[in-house]
Amino acid sequence: MAQTTEILGIFDHGAKAAAGARAILEKGLGDVVAYSPVPDHAIDQALHVGVSPVRLFVLIGGLLGCATGFLFPIYTVLDWPMITGGKPLISIPPFVVIAFELTILFGALGGMASFLWLARLPRVTGPPAPDERFTNDRTGISVTCRPDDAAAVRASLKRHGASEVKG
Amino acid sequence: MSFAKINDDVLRTLRAPGPLWYAGVLLALSVALVGLFAFLYQARNGLGVAGYEHPILWGIYITDFVFWVGIAHSGTLISAVLFLFRARWRTAVARAAEAMTVFAVMTAGLFPIIHIGRPWFFYWLIPYPNERQLWVNFRSPLVWDLFAISTYLTVSAMFLYLGLMPDIAAARDRVKDWRQPIYKVLALGWLGTSRQWQHHTALYGFFAALATPLVISVHSVVSWDFAMAILPGWHSTIFAPYFVAGAIFSGIAMVITLLLPMRRIFKLESYITVHHFENLAKLMLTTSLIVGYAYLTEFFVAWYSGNPFEQGTFYDRMFGQYWGYSWTMFTCNVILPLLLFVKAFRTNLKALFVLSIFVNIGMWLERYVIIVTSLSHDFDPANWAGVYQPTWVEAAITIGSFGMFFTLFLLFIKNFPAVSITEMKETMDRAAEADPASSWPDPV
Repeated sequence: MAQTTEILGIFDHGAKAAAGARAILEKGLGDVVAYSPVPDHAIDQALHVGVSPVRLFVLIGGLLGCATGFLFPIYTVLDWPMITGGKPLISIPPFVVIAFELTILFGALGGMASFLWLARLPRVTGPPAPDERFTNDRTGISVTCRPDDAAAVRASLKRHGASEVKG
Repeated sequence: MSFAKINDDVLRTLRAPGPLWYAGVLLALSVALVGLFAFLYQARNGLGVAGYEHPILWGIYITDFVFWVGIAHSGTLISAVLFLFRARWRTAVARAAEAMTVFAVMTAGLFPIIHIGRPWFFYWLIPYPNERQLWVNFRSPLVWDLFAISTYLTVSAMFLYLGLMPDIAAARDRVKDWRQPIYKVLALGWLGTSRQWQHHTALYGFFAALATPLVISVHSVVSWDFAMAILPGWHSTIFAPYFVAGAIFSGIAMVITLLLPMRRIFKLESYITVHHFENLAKLMLTTSLIVGYAYLTEFFVAWYSGNPFEQGTFYDRMFGQYWGYSWTMFTCNVILPLLLFVKAFRTNLKALFVLSIFVNIGMWLERYVIIVTSLSHDFDPANWAGVYQPTWVEAAITIGSFGMFFTLFLLFIKNFPAVSITEMKETMDRAAEADPASSWPDPV
């Protein structure tokens, strides 16, 4: 594996950071990871962050919940058949309420699980964020590049308004 | 106003608390302990210590249950429904309201357990296939309740936590005391990379979309606990929308009751402004009008039905032995909130605070009136003589539930950001994008 070096540019504004990241990627100087205190659309566009697949897992969870909400009561009433009030054992309308609640419950659980998995959380090991101010008011662009390109990356970050460049 | 200032101002609320906070926690905790004692006393001696009197076998505990579930609703309305409608003013009040939701559902969830005769068998409520040779009746609204309430608690707790995660990370990077390791664990190693934000934002939207139908379904299911029975005064198709509106009405009153002192103590006046309270007041007025309309509809339907039992129940409600509760309820929930039509009243925070207390009382009484007057006036005139007199045990448990709720809320606001730092920054960012010349505060 080729040797790489990490350079961190710290910006006081998300838009500047986005421009900086875009420049690095366009010139193919290295890989970029952005850190920001809030979700930032400009950065998302610069890094080509697409639509999150979380929605797929919410859908799967919801469908699974809906199926469970019907099948669980149906299985239970068949396993212990007791006719009351002359109603059929499998009474669909009341089961709709249970299916509805479980659709939401499983959808939410599926979404939460997929979010944690996709966002690689919880992160027990591994380094902390490179700068504590990224949860406060600074946006960071971390560039992984070849040592030869390091100078160009530093210059590019500075040119786009990085208040500090480290590494 | 800048990102750093928002960060500082909100995280400042996590600093070592003053004597006022300690006094508040101590008071709330002692009240909660009195409730716990009363509950243990009841568990030891049986439900006979409660004031149940045939045929009134649901009383204050079920009133408390419905009341607390209702309180929970405005939190989800503010955090989910207003999020979907892009009502940006919600940002300032959403976090406190969400936390309130979780604590209110936790409190509510205790009451069915307190209400059952053998609370140590509470897990028998959980239906699973016949392991205990019980007949699980899935056609019963009480079983639906279990699904609805446990789903509501799970989803609203996850919703709260998801929103909190980046804020806990902000606290982790800033608050350097004994709590830092706790924040470190709870933040789950949040970094704020664009990847993490991508999934976070997506899931937050989905949670809002899931919580919106959920909140409506939960109080509908609670209302069906009554409406599915054939009792006069309960058996009515308007119960679901009527209960949902009532729940949001009472919940917003509780939000106002909690937020006004909170913003004063934490000096958050520049974040939670009069404008926010005015918006809450407008929501309260709207739901009050719906509730008032539902009250009148019930009387109209009773008269129009020509059913003497239905008519008798409603006559009894207004002029029978419980008339005082009914008229107080009507005054607190329908007549006093009409003052909110006046802008000067809506923007007068002291007046709003007092009104919110009246609405809390009125909405508690509403559930009491629905439950007790209907049960006391069923189809058998021989039963009408029974009088339900709540005992000290029921009163202590009820007051204790308020103690528990306030204890949890006070602990929360001192240890977690009570205003969403992330959303505040986002709102500021967007306002600046839309109009670079504009200066904060721009709460709209």
